[in-house]
This record gives sequence, structure tokens and C-alpha cells, in this order.
Amino acid sequence: MTDVFNGVRVAITGGTSGLGLALVRELTQRGARVAFVARTRERVAQVAQENPGAHGIVGDVASKNDIYPMAIQITGELGGLDVLINNASDLGPTPLAMLSDTECEDLERAFTTNVIGPFRLTKALMGALAASAREGRGAVVLNISSDAAINPYPGWGAYGSSKAALHHLTRIWNEEHVNEGVHFLSLDPGDMDTPMHAAAIPDADPATLKRPEQAAHELAEAIAAQIERIEELIRS
Amino acid sequence: MLAAQLPVQRPADAKLLVVDEEKNLIHVPRSAFVDFLRAGDLVIANDAATLPASLSGVHQRTGRLIEVRLAGRPSLDPNDINCFSAVVFGEGDFQLRTEDRPLPPRLQRGDRITLGPLHATIEKLLGHPRLVALRFAGTADEVWSGLASHGKPIQYSHLQSSLELWDVWTKIAGPPVAFEPPSAGFVLDWHLLAAIREHRARFATITHAAGISSTGDDDLDRLLPFDEPYHISSTTAAAVELTRQLGGRVIAVGTTVVRALEDAATEDGHLRSGDGLAKGRIGPATKLKVVDAILSGTHERGTSHYELLRAFLEDATLERATAELDARGYRTHEFGDSVLIL
Repeated sequence: MTDVFNGVRVAITGGTSGLGLALVRELTQRGARVAFVARTRERVAQVAQENPGAHGIVGDVASKNDIYPMAIQITGELGGLDVLINNASDLGPTPLAMLSDTECEDLERAFTTNVIGPFRLTKALMGALAASAREGRGAVVLNISSDAAINPYPGWGAYGSSKAALHHLTRIWNEEHVNEGVHFLSLDPGDMDTPMHAAAIPDADPATLKRPEQAAHELAEAIAAQIERIEELIRS
Repeated sequence: MLAAQLPVQRPADAKLLVVDEEKNLIHVPRSAFVDFLRAGDLVIANDAATLPASLSGVHQRTGRLIEVRLAGRPSLDPNDINCFSAVVFGEGDFQLRTEDRPLPPRLQRGDRITLGPLHATIEKLLGHPRLVALRFAGTADEVWSGLASHGKPIQYSHLQSSLELWDVWTKIAGPPVAFEPPSAGFVLDWHLLAAIREHRARFATITHAAGISSTGDDDLDRLLPFDEPYHISSTTAAAVELTRQLGGRVIAVGTTVVRALEDAATEDGHLRSGDGLAKGRIGPATKLKVVDAILSGTHERGTSHYELLRAFLEDATLERATAELDARGYRTHEFGDSVLIL
């Protein structure tokens, strides 16, 4: 049976490390046409070379001036867009700090990367996503969330509050665009063995953490289920 | 008419002149557009996003500074991105009217051009000293990356500030294939699309590589519009068919939509889906086969856009409408007011 991702056009931010990299690999292997974005030119080139068919794009979601150049390369190279995964995230201060010890600039950076960046990029790509939906292709935006978006963990103030904002943005967006056929998901991949987790909790035992490959597979399945629901809806 | 000088897509005071089916002229705020829709109507817009088609650089043989404006492409294929037709200008920026810009150096086949990170070769001259076919070196991804990092949207001297891509992408902008914005679509936002649904009308799109509107060179402008590739999906073709059956009207948002739909129309008013190349000009002699009505910017006499409006209205009414636009201070150009011809 053909994989639901076969030929599906997917963009992933933060695609050269941790969960983002695992998503690039998972979705490329499943036949998706993938464009990924990351900040470091050398890493982008390396990941593109390791994943034949994937399009590497250099850019920073936290930079306003990078958003449209990213959007034009994504839609240009893929000829449109069906799935956007806003994965690139900023942890806030490291080592983790209590909110009252958090520098304003660190909080601002977390919000810029985790909320404003995904907002800008999604907005720039909404036309392409809605076009995909009009063609019955099942347009989905997945915003990577965290249990820190829900639970008030001490020390996770910048990250948690920005992820909470992203989570709520996702829910409102979903309400507003359900009639256009663009569906928004906010999902928590769980605690993973990634460079970001190591930066937050350096002495965590990796054996107790989820492999990013496992999380990527679970998220891909959630997107696939959403696409299948949309296709079912269109058929009926 | 006055030139709209601010790059605001939906100014709060935007105006709409409606020419109704009885040829009455009605002035309303543009936000009232949806009130003129009927259940069963189909609104079709061009979902092309606009390329950063203005590239500054150096003509290698002479060392002179030039601006290259990409103007056409053989297809919409994302991988077919190396070859363009282009208009070459001499040194200068958007604040100088194109009419006043110096000529570029004499261009020859084989000339090399460096445009930021992009390298191009002139493959041939296209019947005018400033109109060339050029080929970019590199892979499709490298060309997209170069355009994204170095290109700017084509600029207009009647605007007070330089344009960024966010100024020229419509809300529904998808595939980046237009050379100048399909600006009639600036009227659209997500709220309006919801309102169209609430009026039990439908919305569909085509993708049309809208070309450059004016070069400031009369000889070149006589060649406009260039051939423009377009794509009509089977979904849109089916929506047109359904609209016909329901007795609704097909309302085109902008001249590019008319050009694509009429090019793809069969003699008996059906629509072919798929890829096409719009070649013909639409004017007073054109018998429209698919499109019933148009929502457009305001256009001045003598332009190809004005000629296209003559396919919708007999000259006396169009003259009367144009006089009203002048008398009531309607704004023209990309960010101006609108007309709806029903």
C-alpha cells in the first residue's frame, strides 16, 4: 500500500538537529517531498546530502527578514506546500533559570523563535496551504509543543510560557481556518534524547528518554491520521 | 486618477465602483464587494505569489551596473527555473522613473551577468535591445536560493518607499511564479473569503504567472503582455462547470484570471484544466466564453488592462465609468481602488 506521505510536500524548521532532523529522515524515507530550514549553512548542506531529495534552506525563523526568503524557497522548490512543521525552538536561558532571574533578552528570544517566528512563517505560507486544501490534498500545520506548555515547571519559564502561547495560537488558528480546510495540530513529542534536552538537563540519563526517531515516527503518524481524516471527509 | 502612493493592500477607505448589469454606476466602500454576490456565484482569483524579480548586478564585459527584471518563463515547473526572458535597465533605482533610466550597455549573445550570488548568461536577444533570454547557472535549488536572498520585488517610482515581498504577496499567495503582483487580489483576505462562503458563493483559484505591466519603453510596452504560463486545476474547472449548471456568474479577480480562463475556454464555454500558455490579447473584439464579470483595479486609457475591460463593457459605459473614477478621485495602480463590472 502506498504511504500516505508519498508525494506530500512538507516543510520542517529546525531540520538539522534533534527532532527536526529525525522528522526530515522519517518523512523523506516515507516518500514525502521535504524542504527543511536551519541556520547553519554547512549543517544544511550536510543533511541535504545525507537525505537525497530533501531541499535544504538556510534561514533563521527568529529573523523577520529571513521569513519570506524561506517561504519563497519552500513553495518554489516544492511547487506548493501541504504540511508545515514548526519545530525550531529556543530553550530560553541555559542553564535554566527562575523567571525572576531570566534576562528580558532571553525571554524575548524564546518568544521570537517559538511564537513570532512560527506565526510569521505560517502566515506567509497560509496561501499555499489553503491552495493545497482547495485541491483536496489535506493541509496540516503541526506546531511542536511541550508538556511545559501546560505544566508550570520551575526553571522552564521562558520556554514553557512561549510554548503555551504557541499552543493557544494553534488552537485559535485551527478554529479560524477549519472552513478553509487547513488543520492545525499542537503536539507534545515527550522528553527526548536531544541536544536541547541535554542543554536543559545535562545530567539526565539518556536511557530514560525517548529517541527522537521514535517521536518523529509518532508525530508522522499523527499527521498521517489527520490527512486521512481530511481525505475521508472529502470523499464523503 | 491619482496614483496610490502607499503600499497598503487594503486601506480602510478603499473605494469600489460597481457597474451593475443595468449599466448603473454605484459607488460603495470596497468592503461592500460581497454584497454584490449572489448564491451560486464563483469568485476566481490568481493565487500566484510574486517573485523577487528585480536583480541588481554587473554586466561583466563592460563592468557597468545594471538591473535585470525577470519578465517571463516557459513553464510553471519548479525545476524549470534556469531560463527567463528579462528586461535589462541601466544603473539606477526605483526612485528614478523607468522612462528616465539610462540604457544598459549594448547587450550581446554570450554576455555574462553577475547578480549577487547568481551568474547568468545572455542566450539571445528577443527582438529588442533590452529584452533578452538569459540562463542562470546552477541547480534549481541554487537559483531559488539566489533569487530569495538577492532579489527584490519589482519597484514602482510612484510609491514613497521600496517594496518588500510582504507588500506584494496577496493573502492567498501560493506558488511564487508572478513577476508583478496579481494586484486585484489585494482586496482578498481570510475574512472576505469567509464572507463569500456566507453569501453561499464559492471561491476558487488559478495560478497564472502575471508578467510585467510596464517597462517605461514604448517599443517594449507594445509587446506586452508577454506569453504567460498558467495552471487550472481540475477542481477549479469543475467549480466553473457547477456554476454554469446552477446559473451562477463566474467573477474573475483581476485581468490575469480573465486571460487564463479565456485561453483555456473551449468554443462552447467549457474549461480545459491543466497547464497552458496565455498568448492572446483580450480586447473589445473578444467574445468572452467563461468569465461573466470582473473585479479589477482601476486602469487608465491606453493600457492593455484597460483594453481588456473593453471586452466586458461597451465603450460608452466604460468611458462614463472612467470619467466617474476621475471625478471622484479614485486611486489607480497596484495599491489603488477597484471596479466591479457585473
